[in-house]
Amino acid sequence: MSAAILALALWLGLWALNVWLATGPLSNRIWARMAVPLLFGITILILWEIAVRALQVPLVILPPPSQIGARFAESLPLLWGDFVQTILRGALSGYAIGCGAAFLTAIAVDRFVFLQRGLLPLASFMAALPIVGTAPILVMWFGFDWQSKAAVVVVMVFFPMLVNTVAGLAETSAMQRDLMKSWGAGYWSGLVKLRLPAAMPFIFNGLKICTTLALIGAIVAEFFGSPTLGLGFRITTSVGQLALDMVWAAILVAALAGTGFYGLVALIERGVTFWHPSQRG
Amino acid sequence: MSRYGPLLLLVAALFALWYAAAVPMNIREALSAAERNGVVVEPATAIERRDANALGLVAANLAQIPAAWAQDRPRLPAPHQIVGELWQSVVMEEIEGQRGLLKSGSLSNRGLLLHVWITLSATALGFVIGTVAGVLLAVGIVHSRTMERSVMPWAIVSQTVPIVALAPMIVVVLYSVGLQGLLPKAIISAYLSFFPVVVGMVKGLRAPDAMQTDLMRTWDASGWQVLTRLRLPASMPYLFASLKIAVAAALVGAIVGELPVQGGGLGARMLAGSYYGQTAQIWAALLLAAALAAGLVAAIGGAQRLALRRMGGAA
Repeated sequence: MSAAILALALWLGLWALNVWLATGPLSNRIWARMAVPLLFGITILILWEIAVRALQVPLVILPPPSQIGARFAESLPLLWGDFVQTILRGALSGYAIGCGAAFLTAIAVDRFVFLQRGLLPLASFMAALPIVGTAPILVMWFGFDWQSKAAVVVVMVFFPMLVNTVAGLAETSAMQRDLMKSWGAGYWSGLVKLRLPAAMPFIFNGLKICTTLALIGAIVAEFFGSPTLGLGFRITTSVGQLALDMVWAAILVAALAGTGFYGLVALIERGVTFWHPSQRG
Repeated sequence: MSRYGPLLLLVAALFALWYAAAVPMNIREALSAAERNGVVVEPATAIERRDANALGLVAANLAQIPAAWAQDRPRLPAPHQIVGELWQSVVMEEIEGQRGLLKSGSLSNRGLLLHVWITLSATALGFVIGTVAGVLLAVGIVHSRTMERSVMPWAIVSQTVPIVALAPMIVVVLYSVGLQGLLPKAIISAYLSFFPVVVGMVKGLRAPDAMQTDLMRTWDASGWQVLTRLRLPASMPYLFASLKIAVAAALVGAIVGELPVQGGGLGARMLAGSYYGQTAQIWAALLLAAALAAGLVAAIGGAQRLALRRMGGAA
């Protein structure tokens, strides 16, 4: 009972602080903007900790955050091995191959009207399909190691990336293209100097969507068979052992990797498309 | 012709490529089977063939090409084999099977239709939960600045987390508190589908410009009236665009959620197929999942046309 009151008081207090930070006199300071979501996250974590301890939730259902943190710190070497296997080998190599291939295909689609009419409807259809289902087939073809995970990632990121890049290449206006032509620019210099830079916001949009897809593909592919390391393997085996704190620690690694990966791409985007209105606001 | 010609040509090329690729993929198994049946193949023993190039094997055994398209457990089944498997598991199983629709009065658990139904119901439930949660969250975000600043960054972070990593755990946790069946899968679906709805609806609810909101204010409209009579109608095109993405994501969530449960569904069917080397079964489940995704997206598109027409829109 006292725990419930404590939790409620904490929630109301921190929420009031958040309201004050978000709408009060300080609301336009940069640190206040950062502090609001952070405070919200910390509130949730504290409430989680209090709830688990007060209600004495068994560990096999939901471990408290403090214990997950301890487990994470304890098993860093093990989790590092999983990180290298799943993220660096599986997801990143597949991401690079898939996005690179999609980019080149998009340029071919842009160059040839035939491909535009034939390949584009096919690609936008494929982009909506549950491609993750190809994982068992690809694991069968490429074996249990990271190659099959990279293959799943390649098929998963290819179509969203293709659709986004093609949409980006169509972004320039007729006026701009005419201006390039009046300066005597051929197809390639028009592409490199006008249309590719104009397509960059779309390309980065695709790259950002694909970061998450890449991690999902790499982890799900491990459910269909993997060597004895990797985040997907760690999650399935730890669930089997009811070691829920280990599961959450593996999820924490996946979350950190996903956020970091996304953040990195967003940072590069900020550097490349500094001219775009969405980056100047 | 000029519109659909290239598409048809590419699809035809794709099928030709598929048949061509199936030959070297399956040639080893075909040759081993032929050898067991006493046919002379080149090279003669499996050990010699192990290190040989698959294309070389095809060139040396041209007579075995039809056999490569008719394997029991091929590495890559030919399209007609998948169609055969679909026909077998969707139609024949219900008509002739012991547990089929005709003999037992309910869908057979060995046929695909039951699994499609299981996946579809989890997808639909998750999609509805995700959409309602997404719309409510979007309304909250549009109306409260605190909410926007506290929740929006976390909604974005939540999507950079590979959520399917949570799938086995969500299922196990919910199982241990007594929940099983549809709901765990639906929760994963809901999680994947809610984000596109939030982003689309926040954009949509903010679509009315200052002139329109000012006009509402001159009519002394309350916040609720502004929401229901201006913001919600204005957000419809955005809502439907996000719903199309959300329903596809919900299907992925349901399929992934079925992997650890083993309670049926297309995902469980794929996993079973991969355990027992039943490749045609995996491909058949995959094709039905694709058809389901296309059908769901088309259904949303139909609903969109209907809604926009009733609202007097141009679409």
